[in-house]
Amino acid sequence: MAKHIRHAAFFCALLLVALLVNAVRIQIFSARSFDDNPANRRATIARYERPRGNILVGGESVTGSRDSGEQLRYERTYTDGPLYAPVTGFASQVYGTTLLEHTGDSVLSGTDPMLSPFPLVGDLTRAQGRGGNVVTTLNRAAQRAAYEGLDGRRGAVAAIEPATGRVLALVSSPSYDPAVLSGNAAATERSWTRLNDDPDKPMLNRAVRQTYPPGSTFKVVTAAAALDSGVVLDIDRPTDSPDPYRLPGTTTMLMNEGDGCEDAPLREAFAWSCNTVFAKLGVDVGVKRMGAAAKAFGFNDARLRIPFSVAPSTFDTSVDRAQLALSSIGQYNTRATPLQMAMVAAAVANAGQVRAPYLVERTTTGNGATMTTAGSRPVRQAMRPETADVMKQLMEDVVTDGTGTNAAIPGAIVGGKTGTAQHGLGNAGMPYAWFVSWAQSEHEVVPKVAVAVVVEDASAERGDITGGGVAAPIARDVMQAVLNSSPDSGS
Amino acid sequence: MTNAGPTVAQAATPETPAPVTRLPRRRGIELALIVVAVLLCVYGYCAVGLARNGTVPPGAAGYGAGLGVLALLAHCAVRLRAPYADPLLLPIGVLLNGIGLVLIHRLDLETPHDHAAPAQLVWSTLGVSLFIVLVLMLRDYRVLQRYAYVWVVAALFLLALPILFPAVNGARIWVRIAGFSIQPGEFAKVLLAVFFAAYLAANRSALAYTGRQVWRFRRVQLPTGRVLGPILAIWLLSVGVLVLERDLGTSLLFFGLFVVLLYVATGRTGWIAVGLLLAAAGAVAVGWLEPHVNSRVQDWLHPFATIEAGQGPNQVAQSLFAFAAGGVLGTGLGLGHAILIGFATKSDFILATAGEELGLAGLSALFILYGLLVERGYRAGLALRDPFGRLLAVGLASIVALQVFVIAGGVTGLIPLTGMAMPFLAQGGSSLVTNWAIVALLIRVSHSARRQYDGEVAP
Repeated sequence: MAKHIRHAAFFCALLLVALLVNAVRIQIFSARSFDDNPANRRATIARYERPRGNILVGGESVTGSRDSGEQLRYERTYTDGPLYAPVTGFASQVYGTTLLEHTGDSVLSGTDPMLSPFPLVGDLTRAQGRGGNVVTTLNRAAQRAAYEGLDGRRGAVAAIEPATGRVLALVSSPSYDPAVLSGNAAATERSWTRLNDDPDKPMLNRAVRQTYPPGSTFKVVTAAAALDSGVVLDIDRPTDSPDPYRLPGTTTMLMNEGDGCEDAPLREAFAWSCNTVFAKLGVDVGVKRMGAAAKAFGFNDARLRIPFSVAPSTFDTSVDRAQLALSSIGQYNTRATPLQMAMVAAAVANAGQVRAPYLVERTTTGNGATMTTAGSRPVRQAMRPETADVMKQLMEDVVTDGTGTNAAIPGAIVGGKTGTAQHGLGNAGMPYAWFVSWAQSEHEVVPKVAVAVVVEDASAERGDITGGGVAAPIARDVMQAVLNSSPDSGS
Repeated sequence: MTNAGPTVAQAATPETPAPVTRLPRRRGIELALIVVAVLLCVYGYCAVGLARNGTVPPGAAGYGAGLGVLALLAHCAVRLRAPYADPLLLPIGVLLNGIGLVLIHRLDLETPHDHAAPAQLVWSTLGVSLFIVLVLMLRDYRVLQRYAYVWVVAALFLLALPILFPAVNGARIWVRIAGFSIQPGEFAKVLLAVFFAAYLAANRSALAYTGRQVWRFRRVQLPTGRVLGPILAIWLLSVGVLVLERDLGTSLLFFGLFVVLLYVATGRTGWIAVGLLLAAAGAVAVGWLEPHVNSRVQDWLHPFATIEAGQGPNQVAQSLFAFAAGGVLGTGLGLGHAILIGFATKSDFILATAGEELGLAGLSALFILYGLLVERGYRAGLALRDPFGRLLAVGLASIVALQVFVIAGGVTGLIPLTGMAMPFLAQGGSSLVTNWAIVALLIRVSHSARRQYDGEVAP
């Protein structure tokens, strides 16, 4: 009998070993695949278990976290939701993340391996780090000036520092409060539906995700290409331009808003925004060189990230001469985001160099220790430095005695260019008012800020040069805000 | 038993009369282990509070005192009436019971409207009381053999009782009286083990050696038709329980228990062959035909099927997620999310909480505790000379082993899930009281096993 008791004991030991082996299987070998199963709520719970890291503007958080006391514990809050929505995006427990909340998610949520001091120990203990912070390049005053300048009208503002590419302001209007999407209550779903059904599209980031016909502001590109390619050698010598101008190969006559554009020299043609002169210049420069110039300014670049993606601005290079004429004055298939037009103004202000714009100065751990910095950025020469000097002169003239006098700032050198872009079927839609500019304080060596403003459906008459009337004052306030800021307040 | 000591002593002092072996009673070891067990449980209780609220919970002292007093009373009873008992049995019971209370208390924090720990504490008190009564009153376990048929009638009555009551969650195993839920099947387990041991002890020679051999196939000797009767009856009983109460786990347990005891009693491998054949046939048939059992089998084969069907994870999948989340060291007490399992987290799935929060390390420790409990039972059986005692010890230990395997295997995806209580850990009074009765009987048996050697004259 003793022998059989031993056999039975052996059988029981076998059962125990089977349990242990199986426990090793599910707790070690299959654990990763179980953890990653989308139906496993643990990753989601862990994600919201601790306060999310913050997004900083000018040294202060514009985000926060609220303890909801529910299973998904912390919800995102925003100190100034609508103001910074085009930068932060939202961090929703239901709808995911967008913009900086999305691109910085691994840092903010604390999953970034760099946040873990001892990665291997972390794997064993499964401890999760505290969320890190994302420090932006934004300038608080400029951002607020732009937001208040738009005042709820549909439009956008982008401002950058020409010498570095740091984004100083990024505003889209009308905006929304991303906090209403944070939680997972029924109200969140209602807010989501309401925001998506809103005809004003408040969740559309017009500064980087919407392209507009740039209209006359594109003449900066055309003028630079004409000067760089030698088509225009002297900005004060009359150009050989008829008024009206018959688009090559067609019978369509291109007109101007005002008089005095026939054979106008580049300086006057730029100051008074002569369509005929620039259309002909574009044709004279040729599609190849126009396309190259536009590309150098940043058009046709689908890969731009700041760090979230920017809708590519376009300059069509498969065009006939008539289409090229229209493209050169910012019509036809030429489209640009406000950020792209700010880059155009910045290139002029920065001796022809285009700096890739960026929004994240650095990322830090929860304690503020720097993890990553923006680092050096690629530079592209959009025009020769001498051309840039001439362009600066041309743009200054627009503000001193052209269409952009509203942008003038006492004690500062300001250069700008107005634009009024028709759109819609048969140009029936209300025009877009544009203004692109840069500003340099009198006691500074280089311009500190370049800005682009677009206001949709500007409620003025087409002939009223709406770019200068509606958009220029907003640009002025933004530039003023940057110039007034102390040198280090932006970061 | 080594005789080296006394022999040497004899050689050293040849004039003295033949010395007798004096076995250490080892009650001091038991007491020390009990203190360790109680401290471990109090530590776990504090860890839950620290993890959840950052403070030592106010009830820690009371909880520790309660568990400590129960354990000490049990220890005194053993010291008084079973001084030769195995010193590991009681501490293991106390430790498992205490860990169970900690885990249930921890899960209570997730369900503010449904607190199970206080009731479990009451049941623990009842269980320990029964333990003390059994240790004190049952002077000689062999009296149990006399009433074998009383036990089997009582067991069948208890098994049949729930049929009169409504089914709960597909299984008809509960009796609800005045707000209390009792699973009579739990008590029946012990009674049946006693009956099996008594029946087989009385009839083992007949079962093993009488009757013609029907045929011989190689080395496997199949039993004769006449002795097949009892095993067939038990098999039918198991299937009856299964079909009428839809309780796969209990029927599996009864059947496994009977096959083990039959094998130990008769030593005939044929029983194993017949047993496995019948078990396989029964399991396949029922698994195929009975929808409730069939769905359990499907969940076992395809634990993630409901996820793929878009219905979210089922309990087995959630249980696997919990174990996986624990990894090697676990999340720490109070920091897991086993509550996602939903229904029966505190009872059938209590092991998932242990697996998630204590990790593979804690889970292995629990398995080893159960393994030790079983091993001590078997050891007592081996040491005894009387067949009834041997079979009783083996039977009781096997109940624990089989039950642990059936439920732990179920929640870890090793075998189809069957509703069963993890011994000592799971919420459920009937099971807890039954387990204390098992430990009490093992204490009595192990006392007798050791005592018979004490005072023996060395050869």
